[in-house]
This record gives sequence, C-alpha cells and structure tokens, in this order.
Amino acid sequence: MNHLSLIIEREYLTKVKNKSFIVMTILSPIIMIALIAVVAYLSQINNNKQRTISILDQSGILKHSFTDTDNLTYHILENMSLEEAKEQVHKNEEYGLLYIENFKDIDKLGEHIKFFSEESPSLTLMSALESKLEKQLTDLKLEFEGVDVEKIKASRVRVNIGQESFIGEKTSKIDSVVKLIFGGLAGYLLFMFIIIYGNMIMRSVIEEKTSRIIEIIISSVKPIQLMLGKIIGTSLAGITQFVIWIILGGVLMTVLSMVFGIDFAQSQTGQQEILNQAMQNPDVNTEIQNVITAFYNLPITNLIIAFILFFIGGYLLYSSLYAAIGAAVDNETDTQQFLLPILMPLILAVYIGIFTVIEDPHGTVSTVFSFIPFTSPVVMLMRIPFGVPIWQQLVSLALLIGTFIFTVWFAAKIYRVGILMYGKKPSYKELLKWVKY
Amino acid sequence: MNNLLEAQSVSKKFGNFTALNQVSISVPKGSIFGLLGPNGAGKTTLIRIINQITMPDTGQVFLDGEPLQTHHIKDIGYLPEERGLYKSMKVGEQAMYLARLKGLSKAEAKTRLKYWFERLEIGDWWNKKIQELSKGMAQKIQFIVTVLHEPKLLIFDEPFSGFDPINAILIKDEILRLRDNGATVIFSTHRMESVEELCDQIALIHQSNKILDGKLTDIKKQFKTNTFEVGIRTSNNLLLEKELSEKFVVSPASFKTLGDELMLNVKLSEKDVPNDLLSFLTSKGEVSHFVELIPSANDIFIQAIKNN
Repeated sequence: MNHLSLIIEREYLTKVKNKSFIVMTILSPIIMIALIAVVAYLSQINNNKQRTISILDQSGILKHSFTDTDNLTYHILENMSLEEAKEQVHKNEEYGLLYIENFKDIDKLGEHIKFFSEESPSLTLMSALESKLEKQLTDLKLEFEGVDVEKIKASRVRVNIGQESFIGEKTSKIDSVVKLIFGGLAGYLLFMFIIIYGNMIMRSVIEEKTSRIIEIIISSVKPIQLMLGKIIGTSLAGITQFVIWIILGGVLMTVLSMVFGIDFAQSQTGQQEILNQAMQNPDVNTEIQNVITAFYNLPITNLIIAFILFFIGGYLLYSSLYAAIGAAVDNETDTQQFLLPILMPLILAVYIGIFTVIEDPHGTVSTVFSFIPFTSPVVMLMRIPFGVPIWQQLVSLALLIGTFIFTVWFAAKIYRVGILMYGKKPSYKELLKWVKY
Repeated sequence: MNNLLEAQSVSKKFGNFTALNQVSISVPKGSIFGLLGPNGAGKTTLIRIINQITMPDTGQVFLDGEPLQTHHIKDIGYLPEERGLYKSMKVGEQAMYLARLKGLSKAEAKTRLKYWFERLEIGDWWNKKIQELSKGMAQKIQFIVTVLHEPKLLIFDEPFSGFDPINAILIKDEILRLRDNGATVIFSTHRMESVEELCDQIALIHQSNKILDGKLTDIKKQFKTNTFEVGIRTSNNLLLEKELSEKFVVSPASFKTLGDELMLNVKLSEKDVPNDLLSFLTSKGEVSHFVELIPSANDIFIQAIKNN
C-alpha cells in the first residue's frame, strides 16, 4: 500500500511539474476562450450588418406585406423591367432582388418567385422569406376561395401539453433540453477525459519501457501496483488540470465579457430562437423560470453520485486498457492498431448518446447500451437526467465494476509480460498468450 | 544454513519455448557467484524469478531457508542488464524515489544517498537531470540505488558495461567490499576476466539447462588437461622435439622469451607424473620455462558449451 502511494505521488508530481503540462493547463483555456470570443464577436458584427433587399412585384399583391426589421430594409421598386431592377440593385450594392412575376393563378405565382443576388444568399434569410411569402399567398388563396381568414385566425387553438410523471413531478419540454445538456455534458466530459488521460498513461508506460527503468522498478514493486499507481496518479493530475481549466475559463470569461462587452450568449442566440419557437412561449421570464425549475427537477443527488461512480468505473476500465497497450508496444507509432478497438466503443457510446438518447432516453437501444460496460458509462450518464430506475443503475454499475476488475486483471497480465518485452510488435494472438504466462 | 539462496529444479516455459529446464543452484553465504551462459540461455529468466518478477512454473526458490515471499524484495538488490532511469527527473529525486520503493524512510534514504554520493564522488549531481549525464554517470546512480538498502543478496547483471576502466575498478572494489561486509553476490556476465577475478562459485547455463556448477577452482581442476608449457634450450631442438613427441602429445606453444628456446605444449597422459617430464627435460638441456596450463574461465566456458 505504501508503495502505491509513493508511485501515485511520483506520477502526479512529475506530470504536474512537466513543462508542457503546465503550458497546456494555462494556454488551453486562453485559446478556447479567445476562439469563442472571436466567434461571438464576429457573429455580433454579422448580426448588426444592415441588409437591403429590393422587391420588384409585378403582380402588385405582395409588396405591402414586407415590413422593415432592425437589420433588414425592404426597398420596393416600381415601374421598371427586371433588367433595370437587377442593374440598379447591383449598382447600389444591395443584398439582393426579390422578383415576383405576375400570374393570375396564385399557385403558379408562388412557383415563379425568384431571388437574384451577388453571392448565394443566407439560408436563414431565404427560409424566412419563403415562409413569409407562403403565409401571404395562402391567405390570399383562402380569401380568393371565399374563406374568411380572420375567422381561421380567431379559431386557432394553442395546445401546450403539460408533462407529469406518475409520481407527480411536473416536466416540460425545456426540462428535456436541460436534461440533455446535463447528460451530454457529463458523458462528453468522461469521453474527453478518457481520451486525453488514457493517452497520457499510455505514453508514460512507453516512456518507462524505452528508458529501461522498468526492470529496476519492477524488482521493488508488483506490476499491478505500478499500473494502478500510474492510472491513479495520472488521473489526479488530470483532475487538477480540469479544475484549473474550469476556474481559469470562468475567470477569463467574466473578465473578457466585462472588459470588451462581448456577450458570450450571443453566439447561442440561434439555438435560443429555435428553442423559443419550439416552446411557442415568447415570455422570456417564464422561460428562465422554466429553466430554473427544470434544473431543480433534475435528480441532482442521483446525478452527482452516479457521475462520480460511472466516471471512475468507466475511466479505470479504459485507462487500464491504455496501460496494457503502452506495455505491449515499444513506441507510440505502434499503438494505432491497438487503439482502434478501444476507441470504437467509446465513439459508439457518444453517438448513441447523441442520436438515440435524445430521441428516446428509455428506448431499447439506449437502455441496452447503458448496460454494456464499454458504453455504459457514457450512455448511462446521458440517460440519468431523464430519470433511470435505481435498479437499472445498480445493475449497470455492477456490470461495469465486474468488467473493470476483469480488464484490470487482463491488462495487468499483459502489462506484466509486456513491460519486459522489447523489439517485436506483438500480434493479438501473442497478447492472448501473454495472459496465460 | 550455509546457502543464502537455493533454487530447486526451477522450470519456466513461455508458450512453447522452454526458458529454464529443471535448473538448481545454491549460492553460499558471503560468496560471489557467477551465473554464466551464452545470450538467451535463460540467465535473465532465472534472475527475474529470484526477484519475483516472474513466477516459475515448477520448482522453488529459498532465500535464507524460507520460500520466496513478497517481503524478501527488500533483502535483494538487483541491477538489471537492461537498465535506465527516468529521463526528465532530477538525480536526487529519482534516487530518493527508488530508495523509498525499497522500503527506506525518507530521512534514512537521504542520509544513505548523501554518503554514497560522496563515496562515489558524485555529490554535486543531486540536482542534475538524468538526460544531462553520460551513460557511465547514470550507471553509478543505478549502482548506488541497487546497494543502498543494504540487501543480503545483490544481483548484478553485466555490472561493468558502460563503465570506463577506472570506474570499472571502482565498482569492482565496491562489490568486493560489500561482499566482505557480509553481502552475497550473484554476478552475471560475459566478461570472463572479471569472472576469473571475482567469482568463488559459478554455474553455467546453456540452452535452458544448467550444464556446470561448483567452485571455480574445482571446475578448473576438472577441466585441466595435464598439459605443460615448456621452454628449453638444447643443442639440437629438432631432435628433442622428435623424442618428446614419441612419448607425449606435443604441440607448438608460444610465450614471451629472451632467447631461442624450443617452445612446446606437452600433454601428459593420466599415468604420467609431471616430475618425470621435468627430470627428462633437465637431462636434455637448460629448462627456462615449465608451467602447468590451467584452463581459464573463458576456456571452460567455450569447452563446456562445445561438449554439450
């Protein structure tokens, strides 16, 4: 036990004192924040840009349906041909020209609307124009058919399904979004953590092999102690790095937004608008309240405990495999073929998390993969905010721990033999043989 | 109990490859034991088994009469053939770490390290990084770390590789001093002259089998061929050579001389007595050189492997 703490101490200190580690720890959040700031700043500029669109309406029935907005001005052209209009728009460096031909038949009219511009126009602008025109033309057609549009509008009924679970917890759509964000964040964090620090462990094992110190160490401690010490020491260094990143990132973000007045939420407006539409709820205050209640509705204690347990389990599971790979090869270039089978289930887990859990958090696919040990940490962490029965969590955790014990045993076997093998890159068959030594 | 270490019919297989086949050795307390053999004979496997790095398939190893257990790790100091140090760690830190892994307390490790650093005249290296040191310098640190915890049994695998002659002598003297202070040494090398100088006992492993072991002097007696190197001045060298070759097996020899003696290796048969040869020679001329040819460790090594 004493040996283990010594190894952990050394692994931790050498990692933390390493120059590139220090540089990465400090630079990464700065670079990240700088990138976000640039994107936010640019989109701010973009949003503030004034655009003018000229409209040449030959039919004369649509030209009154356009009203100017903050950054979009409509300019109605009259009494000129298409060629003249194009020339003028081009000369005035306007954004584009909307050309509406004159047809008696509204359907035909709708089909022949054109937009001329210098560059291909922005997708959001086009769909906005399309929906606006569609609505107008539909109304016109209804009127033409003799239907009272006002009546239809008045008789529109709004439905907002109130969601409630059997035990009486109220949920809402915004709830799902908050849950998704939390689950996704937890799963993604684990994914990143495994990849970054698993690689670090692997490299540190390879370093011990290439520097030939391994046999000196191994004559004092058991290989499994060395392996576990390495995994734990490196993870502690990783947690330190993560914590520093979060603190530094938070501080930088506040400072930057105070000094330069960059609104970091700006870059998110797009999504928020979509969210707004989905909610059909223009009242911002209720929205914020909804988010807060959604947050309190989350199974917080469950989430935290599960996060810690699945994080540790998943991380140890994968990092022991990384250590085994490090032991099996002599240099980093040889690791590729062994890394692939490790990365596959990890990436699969993240994809399942993103595509399936969002769709149906308790569907067959997400449920099954939240039990399979190699994907369960990520998938389960993404599912838990949606409320997973405790028995499922326990079974999944038990499976994870069982597999974790097996992989550590398996990795330790490979590690024990591998660290003393030099030269040839082993095949999978040889690796299996090592387990039997 | 006279033997510090005893390995009894140790076997080890790696897949289909037999690394050790029923090898037994006994290492007497306070001796320097030479573990010899060509590359790939199984020496390192045996040493790793003694160090509990690998487990034997069959057979047992006893240290001081007890079957090997985890706590014996601190009784053994092992300098592997493939050795290195952490490149980016400072010398002092690294030595402290390795010493503490052997169970020394922080304070104890520090005092002992200071003593040894002074002793090997490397006191001012404490804060250097390994990558700044030469290979020989790093070897000194590895040597110190091996002996620091004053183990009963020291195992050196090719200890002199990488040392210049001056430092090799320094290390050799340290090994002898450690032996005199009560340590038992197992010594694995290809350099036969150092075997000759240091070892009391040897064991020779070839293709996973032990083919020879015992006291070096006994083995030499066993391998000597009753051959004498002879130098003699006579009036007629050719005649004498002819006479000698009728009685014994004779071959030309060469050694440093002042004059133009006849130089021969004379091999006596079992029943011949060296004194008879000498009196025969004195009757023929002036004997300037008469030495029994004792096989060197090198000869024995080559001979034993050839015979096998």
